[in-house]
Amino acid sequence: MSLDRRDFMKLTAAGIVIAAFPGCATSSGELVRKKVQRVVIVGGGFGGATAAKYIRMWSDNKIEVVLVERRTKFVSCPMSNTVLGGSRTIGDLTRNYDTLKSKYGIIIVNGEVTAVDPQKQAVMLANGHLSYDRLIIAPGVDFMFDQIEGFSADISANSIPHAWKAGDQTVLLRKQLESMRDGGVFAISVPKMPYRCPPGPYERACQVAHYLKSNKPKSKVLILDANPDIVSKKGLFNAAWKDLYPGMVEYRADAAVKKVDASTRIATTDFEDVKVDVLNVIPPMKAGAVAGMAGVVGTDNRWCPVDFLSYESTLQKNIHVIGDSVSAALPKSGHMATSQAKICAAAIIELMGGSQPDPDPAIANTCYSMVSGSEAMHVANVYRFDREKMAMISAPGGGVSDHRSEVEGTLANYWLENILSDVLL
Amino acid sequence: MKSIRLKTITIACVVGWTLVSAAVFAAPDARSRNLTASCAACHGTNGHSVNGTPVLAAMDKKMFVIQMKDFKSGTRPATVMHQHAKGYSDEEFEKMAEFFAAQHR
Repeated sequence: MSLDRRDFMKLTAAGIVIAAFPGCATSSGELVRKKVQRVVIVGGGFGGATAAKYIRMWSDNKIEVVLVERRTKFVSCPMSNTVLGGSRTIGDLTRNYDTLKSKYGIIIVNGEVTAVDPQKQAVMLANGHLSYDRLIIAPGVDFMFDQIEGFSADISANSIPHAWKAGDQTVLLRKQLESMRDGGVFAISVPKMPYRCPPGPYERACQVAHYLKSNKPKSKVLILDANPDIVSKKGLFNAAWKDLYPGMVEYRADAAVKKVDASTRIATTDFEDVKVDVLNVIPPMKAGAVAGMAGVVGTDNRWCPVDFLSYESTLQKNIHVIGDSVSAALPKSGHMATSQAKICAAAIIELMGGSQPDPDPAIANTCYSMVSGSEAMHVANVYRFDREKMAMISAPGGGVSDHRSEVEGTLANYWLENILSDVLL
Repeated sequence: MKSIRLKTITIACVVGWTLVSAAVFAAPDARSRNLTASCAACHGTNGHSVNGTPVLAAMDKKMFVIQMKDFKSGTRPATVMHQHAKGYSDEEFEKMAEFFAAQHR
């Protein structure tokens, strides 16, 4: 059998030639030839994109950065509840990665990681692999559909959206809200902590109520919370529901949804079956799947333990984890992911240059919740590294707004503009 | 003509060197840079706010420190900044101020 050039290329594409000549596997399967010290980042959300930009910026472009992302566009999850309320469209929250490429020279690979090899220091994609000196895993969260009987990724995409990653499901949920009858019930199921964006479900209740108040005033919002109480900004949310949407928002504690029926829209808790018109089930969460592939998930089988000076995994050398996937008493928010990304970026630059990371990192988080079309309130904290506990702990001060206000609603919009520019421009 | 040109070049070199050394000596360290990095979510990359919030880039060092101390003590009322200011030491305010003062507008 003889191979002509065309056959050879076909076989290479299929991976057969790589297997036939194992000695050449590394060079022939490498998607982008590695020229200098390289960091591969998996996940181009708030954390991953920030790490990419800051490694390039702070290393004077000396370190090569490859960012692997399965989506072609960046969609902001923060503020995406306002798409339900109607003050924004999903398009308003969508950005591209062009500036990261053109201004910072980041290599962007649009694809999905299928495996990670910590020994060979490479991540595998369908059409080849990328070798790394250090790897950053920033996949955000994955959903534990198996914790709720009758629920699945398919059902969430088609009939019971979680809409907990901004995009198609946010739009689907908005459509369901628009076509709901007046007098209907819109139910939001909140998972047990920890989950992405602690105040998010309660903000969502406000945004849905904001829409219903002027469009379907006889309707109700029902919150089925798996937690024993409202987990964030409790007083502020209670006040918003009472003042802005009287009689419209009903809250039930210790009401974890255990089962759903997509055809009848019945949600089952330990105490009751609830039949509703729109069912929005936010499932329990865990670190994104790629964390499992890399072997960096902790003994809880959910989150990734890290060294908070560098965000390097405590389980795998040269693999760092940032953002929602990290196991910590830190809020899983967009701002927090960017703050972690910068400490990680600084540490990687130090480590690659043979020095030690900053021994005393302090990072901040500011999280606004929009409770109407114009008003918001915040929770803000500084977190510092505690050497004895080897953990990030809340610094003195910090806390929530005294009251919701239009000033903070305006600041929330400035926050969005500034953070998106910090991450992507 | 030739000597004037030479003189101009010499002056240019001296001025250039002075600017370079000033930049080197004023360069804030990585610690200052890391501390301020969290501020960017509201105040833009390196303090270059793109809308609404105060631009911190090139802010006078003294002014930055005074304001942070006032937010911390409550002398100056704030919507959000008091929450953050209480989380940092006065020495860290100085570090942050160094970084922002060294940024160009």
